Amino acid sequence: MKQEQKLSVSAIKNGTVIDHIPANNLFKVIRILGLENLEKQATFGTNLGSKKLGKKAIVKLTDKYFEDDEINRLILVAPEARLNIIKDYHVIEKKQVELPDEIIGISKCVNPKCVTNHENVLPKFNVMPAKDGVSLKCQYCEKITDKDNIEFIL
Amino acid sequence: MKNKSLVSIEDYGKEGMLKILELADYFEKNPNQKILEGKVIASLFFEPSTRTRLSFESAINKLGGRIIGFSDANSSSVTKGESLKDTIITVSKYSDLIVMRHPLEGSAKFASEISDVPIINAGDGANQHPTQTLLDLYSIYKTQGTLENLNIFMVGDLKYGRTVHSLIMALSHFNPTFNFISHEKLKVPTEYKLHLDDLGIKYYEHSEFTDIISRADIIYMTRVQRERFSDPLEYEKTKNIYVLKKDMLVGTKDNLKILHPLPRVNEISEDVDDSKEAYYFTQALNGVYTRQAIIAATLGLV
Repeated sequence: MKQEQKLSVSAIKNGTVIDHIPANNLFKVIRILGLENLEKQATFGTNLGSKKLGKKAIVKLTDKYFEDDEINRLILVAPEARLNIIKDYHVIEKKQVELPDEIIGISKCVNPKCVTNHENVLPKFNVMPAKDGVSLKCQYCEKITDKDNIEFIL
Repeated sequence: MKNKSLVSIEDYGKEGMLKILELADYFEKNPNQKILEGKVIASLFFEPSTRTRLSFESAINKLGGRIIGFSDANSSSVTKGESLKDTIITVSKYSDLIVMRHPLEGSAKFASEISDVPIINAGDGANQHPTQTLLDLYSIYKTQGTLENLNIFMVGDLKYGRTVHSLIMALSHFNPTFNFISHEKLKVPTEYKLHLDDLGIKYYEHSEFTDIISRADIIYMTRVQRERFSDPLEYEKTKNIYVLKKDMLVGTKDNLKILHPLPRVNEISEDVDDSKEAYYFTQALNGVYTRQAIIAATLGLV
């Protein structure tokens, strides 16, 4: 297993490796980070074995680095994700996803009467810690969207 | 407070609210001030609300301003399919201030982000109606001489009533004691009770409307709406329980005043109207002074 994994997702010289992505959220991570339009070399692996997540996905990006704000946008889809920053085949820094102050344009507001569900306006939420992760308070209608009601608009 | 939209009551802190009350008092004493001379105020009512609209228009007229706008969405370009965004951007080119009422929640905040001129929220769905809250506060302040340490009774629909929720939030700056009287199904939502717990503010919940009102400084009555009940029989029973009648005012405090955001249906019987405690029609008049104050403050004219 370990050998196969290495073969399918090879090491990179410089760039970022994002590990511990839940396998079913890989494509959301790709969209949230805007990797669809990336012009650099990228490797995506999914349905890899993981003790923590069951099945995980991994992303390896050559010569690509992220700001903390960009990484924190993953809080809804890959809160456990780990980033390894690679220079010359060595991990020089590790990062993880932290609670951002706000989330813009990733998920819908649960309130059917909210203006964001009727007009062409990106939903914006204040992020609040909740028992089972996070909940989102709409900056427009002030209603709370909790984790179970999150609907992605990616 | 200069050129700043009023979207939510939370936009004004305690000091901001007191500033408006002080200004409302000034306009009550000097209602005809032509400070809006040469200004155009847009009054955009995407859903009808005659009372609120007339109150705003009266305030604008007393200040010498001119009004453009519409009183329901049918007479506007909304019927042609124009987006709210386009309407607001266009109207903000024609006017110095926009007063808007819209059925969608968060619409006023959205408008404030795209408009060149300040927005005053005259109600966005079930969300906020901050000018109503400020006129309620002004009415309490005027009749009691203070906002601090009052015993406030709220009666009726405490679950869905937006004016109730905003007033709870606003009064929580002033160390009140609350008594909530409602049907089991129409109790104050938990989030507001948690807020009061956090601040250490005392509140009591009751299902019976009895002589406990003898302790009240203010009774804030609200309408129980038929559509809140799936069972029509339950509505019929409930609407007749939470009714304030004249004989209930025996033994109440001298300073007691009865408020109601109006319109009233049957929850205050008409024989209460000429009692010294009835204050709801004067409260409506206070709305004009309060809105004069809010408009003047929003435009930075005072």
